[in-house]
Amino acid sequence: MTEINAKRISLFMGHYGSGKTNIAINYAHRIRQSGKEVAIADLDIVNPYFRMKDSQEEMLKEGIDVIALPFANSSVDLPALPSAAYSLVQNTARYAVLDIGGDDRGALALGRFTPYIREENNYDVFFVANFYRPLTTTAADAMEVMREIEAASGLPFTGIINNSNLGAETTAATVLGTLERCAELSKLSGLPVVFTSVHESLEEELTGQIPRLFSLRLQHRIFDL
Amino acid sequence: MAEKVLMKGNEAIAEAALRAGCRHYFGYPITPQTELAAYMAKRMPKIGGVFLQAESEISAINMVYGVSSTGKRVMTSSSSPGVSLKQEGISYIAGADLPALIVNVQRGGPGLGGIQPSQSDYFQATKGGGHGDYHLIVLTPASVQEMADLTALAFDLADKYRMPSMLLADGTLGQMMEPVELPEEEPHLIEKPWAVTGTEMKREHNIINSLYLVPEVLEKSNEERFERYKKIEEEEVRYEEYMMDDAEYGLVAFGIAARVAKNAVVALRQQGVKAGLIRPITVWPFPKKVIREAADRVKAFISVELSMGQMIEDVKLAEECRKPVYLCSRSGGMIPDPEQIITLVKELEGGNN
Repeated sequence: MTEINAKRISLFMGHYGSGKTNIAINYAHRIRQSGKEVAIADLDIVNPYFRMKDSQEEMLKEGIDVIALPFANSSVDLPALPSAAYSLVQNTARYAVLDIGGDDRGALALGRFTPYIREENNYDVFFVANFYRPLTTTAADAMEVMREIEAASGLPFTGIINNSNLGAETTAATVLGTLERCAELSKLSGLPVVFTSVHESLEEELTGQIPRLFSLRLQHRIFDL
Repeated sequence: MAEKVLMKGNEAIAEAALRAGCRHYFGYPITPQTELAAYMAKRMPKIGGVFLQAESEISAINMVYGVSSTGKRVMTSSSSPGVSLKQEGISYIAGADLPALIVNVQRGGPGLGGIQPSQSDYFQATKGGGHGDYHLIVLTPASVQEMADLTALAFDLADKYRMPSMLLADGTLGQMMEPVELPEEEPHLIEKPWAVTGTEMKREHNIINSLYLVPEVLEKSNEERFERYKKIEEEEVRYEEYMMDDAEYGLVAFGIAARVAKNAVVALRQQGVKAGLIRPITVWPFPKKVIREAADRVKAFISVELSMGQMIEDVKLAEECRKPVYLCSRSGGMIPDPEQIITLVKELEGGNN
């Protein structure tokens, strides 16, 4: 598995439903496992259904501080940001992982923190791409979403994470079939592909076939449907 | 075979509607169906279609009424409280014999309720939520793939029978992501000689109207409409049977509840209990015949629902008091889990043996 070299602040943005929350959670785990203090924040003001709070207990047990929206999982559909989110940018003694809501509308929530992030200048902004999402099936479409998000957040992306998958039907071939498109997006945007994230069950098969793999454990489900 | 994509149920409806030739969407945002409108907002301008966020649900449904009069494929979508607001317009559309698609991604009620999944608009959808004698063709998807497939079918059936159709989904199906194989783009050329398109001085005026002040004429229009409904009840019933051949306990469930029920059937079979599932895909017309026939074989029916018990009434009407019918449900945004169904069936089995 690829070593991560996390900056003080890591931001995950992209088209909604691309897998930002799961990647952010796994990224925070990896930072924590290397012995560092880390906080993770769910700043997704767009989708009240899929939340980081589902994994909160597990993360707190591992010593990861979780900052969730005040109304997350309460079913109150109110897009408010937690006041504790300021500690992410102001407390520079610990690492911070920020899960931002989908598309440009989600990225708007970041605006008030952008000046702090820019000033400290020790951050990564990852564009999470799933080329099986219908509005980002090509490099050009993904690029359009990328530019819209940058315009809304006020922060330039620094790298791409290829998280292409078809949910439970994902095979090694599913992932391999997107490498070319991702390379094209990298070329168009001038940004490096930081890693390719795959479900942990595919890691062994894909090791050696894809450089810089990042293995994912997914959020807990209560029961399968 | 088309390449699969990973979609939310709400997006699958939107994309399938575009591929079925729908170029007019009118709506008003509400959780948990907003992704549908957001998808339309993004795509319609790129393909020469119209996306319009109206000032209210009432306004949106009347825009649907207007566009449908011109023979164009048109739709609106909302979630429970918003669909309640649309009922007057839906009744007008039914009264004017116009095709249109209304999508309800249900959430818990009554009132503003909550934003979590529900099936408690079953009565509203199947018994005529607005005033007057009318029906909607009501299709109930149980997967993201079916969200796409049944959207195309709903448009076709609406056009074929000149009446509004409804896709009755819920918050889970709207929000969940699954791989989908999207239907090919199809022109769906169905003749609409009744449409208001300009006479070009070549024909009589077409008039779209639901006002009939002469009672004899209004009665006749109702009777003609019910002739069509009769044909639909004979020809358009859709359902899926799962392990019903030798089943002693017949679960009846649609949509997301059917997915839970199917898991329960598998678990019960592993424990030696003969359970099966009848999954209505159309809830109007309701699959009465298959339930009536199963009534001669099963010991009991169990209606599994995300409501306080609504479809159970149709199950009882269909099986004509032949076997007991039990309810297994949660409401208010809660989903019954397979264990709840398994426990109930095992209790029944204990009582029967």
